[in-house]
Amino acid sequence: MFRSMGCAMALAVATAPAYAQQSDEVRKLQQRVDRLEAQSQSRGQSAFNPEISLILQGTAASLKQDPETYQITGLAPSGGEVGPPRRGFSLAESELVVAGNVDPYFRGQLVAAFTPEDEVEVEEAFFQTLALGRGFTLKGGRFLSGIGYQNEIHQHAWDFQDAPLAYKAFLGGRLNDDGVQARWVAPTDFLLELGAEAGRGRSFPATDPNKNGAGAWSAFAHVGGDLAGSAWRAGLSYLRVKPSDRAFEDTDSLGAPTTQSFTGESKLWIADFVVKSRELKLQGEYFRRREEGDLTFNDTFTDSYNSTQSGWYAQAVYRFRPQWRVGYRYDRLDHGEVSNGIVDNGLGPTAADFPLLMTDHNPTRSTLMVDWSPTEFSRLRLQFAQDKSRAGVTDDQVVLQYVLSLGAHGAHKF
Amino acid sequence: MKSLFTSVLLAISCPCAAALNIFACTPEWGALAKELGGDRVTVYTATTALQDPHRIEARPSLIARARNADLVVCTGAELEVGWLPLVQTQSGNARIQAGRLGYFEAADFVALIEKPARLDRSLGDIHAAGNPHIHLDPRNVAEVAAGLGERMAALDSPNGKFFEERTGAFLLRWRQAVERWEKEAAPLKGFPIVVHHRTLSYLVAWLGMQEVGALEPKPGLPPSTASLTELLARLKQTPAKAVVRAAYEDPRPSAWLAERAGIPPVMLPYTVGGTDAAKDLFGLYDDTLARLLAAAR
Repeated sequence: MFRSMGCAMALAVATAPAYAQQSDEVRKLQQRVDRLEAQSQSRGQSAFNPEISLILQGTAASLKQDPETYQITGLAPSGGEVGPPRRGFSLAESELVVAGNVDPYFRGQLVAAFTPEDEVEVEEAFFQTLALGRGFTLKGGRFLSGIGYQNEIHQHAWDFQDAPLAYKAFLGGRLNDDGVQARWVAPTDFLLELGAEAGRGRSFPATDPNKNGAGAWSAFAHVGGDLAGSAWRAGLSYLRVKPSDRAFEDTDSLGAPTTQSFTGESKLWIADFVVKSRELKLQGEYFRRREEGDLTFNDTFTDSYNSTQSGWYAQAVYRFRPQWRVGYRYDRLDHGEVSNGIVDNGLGPTAADFPLLMTDHNPTRSTLMVDWSPTEFSRLRLQFAQDKSRAGVTDDQVVLQYVLSLGAHGAHKF
Repeated sequence: MKSLFTSVLLAISCPCAAALNIFACTPEWGALAKELGGDRVTVYTATTALQDPHRIEARPSLIARARNADLVVCTGAELEVGWLPLVQTQSGNARIQAGRLGYFEAADFVALIEKPARLDRSLGDIHAAGNPHIHLDPRNVAEVAAGLGERMAALDSPNGKFFEERTGAFLLRWRQAVERWEKEAAPLKGFPIVVHHRTLSYLVAWLGMQEVGALEPKPGLPPSTASLTELLARLKQTPAKAVVRAAYEDPRPSAWLAERAGIPPVMLPYTVGGTDAAKDLFGLYDDTLARLLAAAR
């Protein structure tokens, strides 16, 4: 309708007597016709389809040690999938991302991961408000927590194939709880952002409590800005959970299997920073966790257990050509101070019967990677790591990885 | 810490700053907003002429600036798709969300060219809506200026009359300048050039120049020696008279080709701030034409 009217008008003008302005007029009308045509094309139901993108990933790995024996000695196992990839060829998680504005008030996003074990995991499924204003946004559902820096970055956008050791040990790789998050951006010229979350506590370090109300609380603050051609952000975060019967397996000094479990309170602090210039990205985070409560050994002995443990990593990634980057990361965890009442009070088991918890081992790892991204939609990466997570054992790891993304051009977090 | 605290307090207690707070995604729209708004707007420009507009990140300062913006002025046509949606949602600013008065896309006001007939990324990093580098046709700038002036008046009605008058005055000056530029640029008609990326298509179309090749083998793919050698061979059939790149684009590929093809490399400001002479929109076109005409001479 509009289109035919526009055409008729364009024709009318084209056949009118020539005068100086004519070509300009015709051009204007032509533009108007084009615009209307373009609009009519994008109408219809299909225009409401959400943004869809698909991430394909896989690895080929050569590891000196059997990944089945992977552990981070000196810290309680986080139960997450924290080990290196399988040896040989292996598919990694394929992610399907569907996102879009629900209406003027809400935005929604789903990230579903198809695991190589043929399972589907919901990594994220949340709504986010658009219209609260005054710097406030509210998020609800399952989402990557705002604590730390890397936690909110999707795995396919990481600068290394795997998570820093501190994330593996203290958060089981990352924290994506079910809950709500409120954020507020201050009306300042630099970034000052405050956030708080209440979650169910469905995964490590919590134990998915069966109760009303929240099982995990967290808060974070970010400041950031520009500095001499670089952008920076620094943050401080806090997470508090109350795990109950958080159990894991170990072997005692005679080699017999044991079960230990922790009940009490766990508080985690994270300090993080990131600085990015056109070629260089520097990033680091420091974790400190305090756990206070009781440890139960083989359902037989129970006594107090307190620990203060920490860990950090620092990494630098340098883009030396438009499509090429090289990066180095150093990881270190500190066994710290652990007081185990079962051992201290002589209930029976000795420190040697708690090889995981009581071995005074400070895990370290050095990782070197080089990646090639022909476009922003594809990336091939070669990564070498010397991993000393296990006490007395060095694992040399070589991993070749691909990360491809199809479909909608998603925006990446800073 | 104390100064941080006071600045927060100040910012909270005085959102009354009379000027319309404008967040411009790119320098050309920042410059246009200044032309139309004068001293009754404050303009923050998110990117510079020396940054590749396709590779901007949602950095913290952008979230902070978008938080306070009354109006976000961007190109649209997916040019900012890699960062702007994040800045919009993270800013917690309801006024600048898509569909609101406070969100202005310049591409809504002009007809885009080079709309891909087939959407397939094997063709490179193509923009589904068409070529988004619309500001290098001054007639597009006029269309956008009219739209932007109207929008500013709608958002800030006490200053509406002021914005309308300034927009009218700008359009008058602009029309005269366009006439002058078209006269000056007459020797560029049919001038064959090689471009780096398809950033200059609107300029080429406006001046009737001829684009005989692009340094990028496909949009978004950096040139390689192999692709440049191929291009060099093609230039034997259809010779070019200059290799033209934008200020932010890598100078090496155009220098490589220029040397071997025996034609001059020309650097254009691309947008406001790209060269010292391109101080505002008028300077942008003056300098662009001067540089092209120097090469054509």
